[in-house]
Amino acid sequence: MAGVTLDTVRKIYAGNVEAVKGVSLGIEDGSFCVLVGPSGCGKSTLLRMIAGLETISGGDIKIGDRVVNQVEPADRDIAMVFQNYALYPHMSVYDNMAYGLKNRKTPKDEIDKRVKEAARILAIEPFLERKPRALSGGQRQRVAMGRAIVRKPQVFLFDEPLSNLDAKLRVQMRVEIKRLQKALGVTSVYVTHDQVEAMTLSDKLVVMSGGQIEQVGTPSEVYRRPETRFVATFIGSPPMNILPGKVEGPGRVSVGGQTISVTDMREGLSVGSAIEVGLRPEDVQAGGASGSSSISMDVDFVEELGATQLFHGKVAGTEFVVQASTGQIAADTRKLTLSIDPANVHLFDPQTTKRLGRD
Amino acid sequence: MVENRPFTQFMAYLTLVIGVIIVAFPVYLAIMASTFDTATIINGNMPLTPGDQAGENYTRALFYGGKLAREPVSMMMMNSMIMALGIAFGKILISILSAYAVVYFKFPFRKTAFWVIFITLMLPVEVRIYPTYKIVADLGLLDTYTGLIMPLIASATGTLLFRQFFMTIPDELLEASKIDGAGAFRFFKDTLLPLSITTISALFVIQFIYGWNQYLWPLLITTKSSMQTIVIGIKKMITTTDALTEWQIAMTTAVLAMVPPVLVVIFMQRLFVKGLVETEK
Repeated sequence: MAGVTLDTVRKIYAGNVEAVKGVSLGIEDGSFCVLVGPSGCGKSTLLRMIAGLETISGGDIKIGDRVVNQVEPADRDIAMVFQNYALYPHMSVYDNMAYGLKNRKTPKDEIDKRVKEAARILAIEPFLERKPRALSGGQRQRVAMGRAIVRKPQVFLFDEPLSNLDAKLRVQMRVEIKRLQKALGVTSVYVTHDQVEAMTLSDKLVVMSGGQIEQVGTPSEVYRRPETRFVATFIGSPPMNILPGKVEGPGRVSVGGQTISVTDMREGLSVGSAIEVGLRPEDVQAGGASGSSSISMDVDFVEELGATQLFHGKVAGTEFVVQASTGQIAADTRKLTLSIDPANVHLFDPQTTKRLGRD
Repeated sequence: MVENRPFTQFMAYLTLVIGVIIVAFPVYLAIMASTFDTATIINGNMPLTPGDQAGENYTRALFYGGKLAREPVSMMMMNSMIMALGIAFGKILISILSAYAVVYFKFPFRKTAFWVIFITLMLPVEVRIYPTYKIVADLGLLDTYTGLIMPLIASATGTLLFRQFFMTIPDELLEASKIDGAGAFRFFKDTLLPLSITTISALFVIQFIYGWNQYLWPLLITTKSSMQTIVIGIKKMITTTDALTEWQIAMTTAVLAMVPPVLVVIFMQRLFVKGLVETEK
């Protein structure tokens, strides 16, 4: 096994388009690292550079202790699972899994042993003689994973492997991937734009935007303490509410004339300067509570989600969403008083969009 | 939607039957003519039912030839067969390799190479026949199979067909192969070739018939009667100046000439249609 180390990796496409702008990242041996971001953020390009399918314009990529910049994909000791599975349509499931090993001149009985073993783990034994076209999406995805497993690689690379599956299967496969990775203990890099996948799968979550890393951390760190406004609004559903406010003093900001206390606030911010106040829809409570600040909200409409309700409206003229358990607030409420726990307030610099928390 | 009334159905079938008769009658006539002796055909009253000379006509044509063109048809068929197969396989080989290069490799002037191939579509054999003849003659390839086959192999059509097919193959398949340790040749042999079977079949059928039916080129470069192809043989049998044309032998030869292309179409029809209409992925 081996970790993956990226050192100021850059990718510049023809026409001077910089898709990846100097990314440095250490992925520990055996960990599950998820790269998440909107489309075009460079996450897939980065993964393909680790795989060796894209050339590296600058920086170094190391797998274990070896710099692999110039190493062919086949010699990097990696395995990749593609979004559209990329199974060989003319080969049986068995041959699909055995192909890479055959090319490596692995002995026949060893190939057989490994393919059978992988088929057993993935529960695709009954399909070994079938062609991929005779399989369902989920089964194909398993074969694609089987093809990765039999190689016993140092690193698994997943490029949005669940995007082609329906919602139910996606949840099921997500759990299986996680379990499989834990069981095999292989370092994995997983690219997705789905934040639920990102949160549930990762040991290490990397949020990317515009070819750069916005934040690296455990899923709960990224959720609890987003470093930039981008991360704050990207992770979490519905996204975090951002309100324009002003600094009132240490631990105090105001939004539309209403004062909010803040626990995590940088010291020495000049009074009266503009600041952005972030509040997660699930972190604000309806009704006043002692020891917390409160703001008022005009409700426009309510979305029913079954277990929860989303109240859409405005706070101090800015769009605002509140999530509440069904029945907690009457659906015909037009005006809400929201209580805010000072620990749940996130502050961002309007210019740099960086978090203005304690150092 | 077309209505399924008996009358419209009847009209549709009638149209089809008339069409088939128009196409098939000359063929029927040729087959009938190959079963009579010269006199019956020449006097202009040939019956439309089979005669009794079939056995003799076919044996004579196949193994002895006509009175004027003395080469046996079996030999001409062999020549045609070698030429048609050579052209078909040669074209497939050249065009699949050039399409592979154009689609999967990045090299300087790749686009130019593609366009040069594309432009040759505008230059059929007839247009470039003099320079081609000159080159083949200078290389001493007159009256050889190589001379018959080689100039007809270069094929823009085949290259285009394969290129279009290769472009429908998802890139991920190439990438998966790369990660599986398959180099350029392995990817071609293990993945591209098996996937191209239907396209290859379609091209084979088209090119076999194209090669089999060649007239002008063999006429120019073959002078020895031992190199004569069947299409030229038919022509020689019906142009006579001072003797009666042996129509029954000419017709027998024509019927024999039809057999191989028909067989190719019959046996490869399924793959042929698949290759033209469907891309299997």
